[in-house]
Amino acid sequence: MMGVREKIMPVQQEISFKAFEMGLAVKSNDPVNGEYRKLVLDAPAGLLARCRAGQFFHLLCPQSGGETPYLRRPMSIYGFYPQSGELHFLYKVTGAGTRALAALSSGERLNVLGPLGVPFTIADHWQDLVLVARGVGLATLAPLALEAQRLGRRLTAICSARHPDYLMSTGYFADLGADVITLTDAEGTSDPDNLERVIEGLVAAGRADAFYTCGSNRMLRLLQTIGARHGIPGQIALEQQMACGIGMCHCCVRPFNRGDKQVHLRVCREGPVFDMMEAIAW
Amino acid sequence: MVDLSVDIAGLKLKNPIMPASGTFSEELAEIFDLERLGAHVTKTITRGWRDGNPTPRVCEVGGSMLNSIGIPSKGVGAFLEKVVPFYRRYETPLVVSISGNTADEFATLCSEVSVEGVAAIEVNISCPNIEEDGKAFAIRPSSTYDVMRRLRAATDLPLWAKLTPNTGETPEVARAAEEGGADALVVANTILSMAIDIRSRRPKLGNLMGGLSGPSLKPIALRMAYQCARATGIPVIGCGGISTVEDVIEYLIAGATAVQVGTATFIHPTAMIAIIDGLEAWLADEGLAGVRDLIGTVIDGEQDEAVVFMEAAP
Ligand SMILES: Cc1cc2nc3c(=O)[nH]c(=O)nc-3n(C[C@H](O)[C@H](O)[C@H](O)COP(=O)(O)OP(=O)(O)OC[C@H]3O[C@@H](n4cnc5c(N)ncnc54)[C@H](O)[C@@H]3O)c2cc1C
Ligand SMILES: Cc1cc2nc3c(=O)[nH]c(=O)nc-3n(C[C@H](O)[C@H](O)[C@H](O)COP(=O)(O)O)c2cc1C
Ligand code: FES
Repeated sequence: MMGVREKIMPVQQEISFKAFEMGLAVKSNDPVNGEYRKLVLDAPAGLLARCRAGQFFHLLCPQSGGETPYLRRPMSIYGFYPQSGELHFLYKVTGAGTRALAALSSGERLNVLGPLGVPFTIADHWQDLVLVARGVGLATLAPLALEAQRLGRRLTAICSARHPDYLMSTGYFADLGADVITLTDAEGTSDPDNLERVIEGLVAAGRADAFYTCGSNRMLRLLQTIGARHGIPGQIALEQQMACGIGMCHCCVRPFNRGDKQVHLRVCREGPVFDMMEAIAW
Repeated sequence: MVDLSVDIAGLKLKNPIMPASGTFSEELAEIFDLERLGAHVTKTITRGWRDGNPTPRVCEVGGSMLNSIGIPSKGVGAFLEKVVPFYRRYETPLVVSISGNTADEFATLCSEVSVEGVAAIEVNISCPNIEEDGKAFAIRPSSTYDVMRRLRAATDLPLWAKLTPNTGETPEVARAAEEGGADALVVANTILSMAIDIRSRRPKLGNLMGGLSGPSLKPIALRMAYQCARATGIPVIGCGGISTVEDVIEYLIAGATAVQVGTATFIHPTAMIAIIDGLEAWLADEGLAGVRDLIGTVIDGEQDEAVVFMEAAP
């Protein structure tokens, strides 16, 4: 194994270092509910100062407990707190890499690479923001609420989940002054028709200058339809399998509509946040 | 002070560590100072624009990986306008990797990239030759020789031929490349492989098959580097599965003059820096004056040629 560099390296001329490979100590790593866990890392202020909502880190999941993940795993920044020196991730245990992550205990070190990728942006004239999240997509969208509060924008967070027990971060959004709307499969409120009614209601009330979403195909299609209908812009965070995470290998491309052409863009580099109208449902 | 410098057919490198094509780009400058490297090697380009393969383009297999990136390329114009100028700010020599599906296209591109700021051309002859039967040029000695002759005529810059493990004739291909005019050999590219998801029964790569790289490739590429060093009189640049300084030392002992690091950079973006520092420390500890004292020092006795060059299971 390679040695882990824990210091930020000196800045070279002309090009400044933007992402760092370092070993960070685990502060806590606890289940949030039956499906998700929150990982809190001790991070230097200099690193946290570079983080933006929508960016991600590429995590070197440990090889332990019989799990042998090899490539790094991309994870959105769920929260970054320069005052307390904390970097948060919210993750769903799905395979070898995330199982290995789940086995990390406090005090152990995790090698991270980041912050990486293009963050969400909030244009000056977007006063009323609508965030539409389902499942683990919340992890990616949560820090946007913090940014919206910092900029004094109004935010409506539509949180969708299979069951009320799996709704996360609703308290977090409410604490940041957001209006929270919850929709669940169990209550029969999360179907596309109802979601459309809810969003159209916000549009009619003048509460939707821009949409933010991620992950779900169904939501993308719906928001693109509503966005086109009313000329409302939006941004989407997308996922794709990654190797390098920094733009070198071109494995993470997805197709996008740009003008009358289809282009392939790297999720790790030109993304993970993209123009919602250019994204192509899959 | 240990001397890390090496000489690749007249091109002096300050150290023997460089990136492998396709696993390095300008973006890495955002993580460490690229001036530390022995050379810069760019992703293979083709003359015209190409899209690359369908996704998923990578998957992991037991501590290594498969890729079927293909060669997405913006074409030679964009490369000369954007990529070459970026590297001019560094003193580190720039090695440009090129490919073509016909000898004509390959040779034209070779002369087009022979511009100021380019120190050597790596020719990725592991790509399919569509004028023959689609097999890579470097699978057979005859097609290797023919394409190298064309490339040799197209440039005065040093030519590094990148060989493929998908051949049963490594020493013959290496000699054919040398005779065709190669100044050095890069050994080797990825080996054709496959992985299937047992639940969905679908191949894990969108392109069905892909190239194996990472630690599993090392014993194969090391064997080839050894054979090539024994079979030819030109420098060999070892490549395949290097992730630690010990891996580098093994390649040097086998006969490589320098090495390329690929997949390891995906796992640790600063891997090459750790390797350069580690190599210097290791040589000092061993009381060696420099890298050159290590190259080709394998103690293999008086082996019969048939043993050195065998390509069947012993
Ligand atoms: C930019 C970005 C941000 C993400 N943020 C989060 C997050 O905040 N929380 C969270 O739980 N998950 C997030 N994901 C998904 C997360 O990366 C995968 O769930 C994780 O890689 C699965 O790894 P595994 O070894 O547990 O699963 P396996 O299925 O065993 O993984 C096998 C391979 O497929 C890749 N892979 C599997 N699923 C995905 C996926 N959805 N996206 C990309 N690669 C995948 C893995 O990285 C690995 O290389 C994000 C993905 C991206 C691209
Ligand atoms: C994602 C990826 C892309 C690659 N692209 C190229 C390429 O464009 N041209 C080339 O000659 N080799 C390419 N290679 C092969 C590497 O240069 C190298 O030969 C191989 O990966 C073995 O080295 P490693 O085990 O250190 O990765 C690629 C490898 C990977 C993993
Ligand atoms: S993961 Fe390598 S380019 Fe995006």
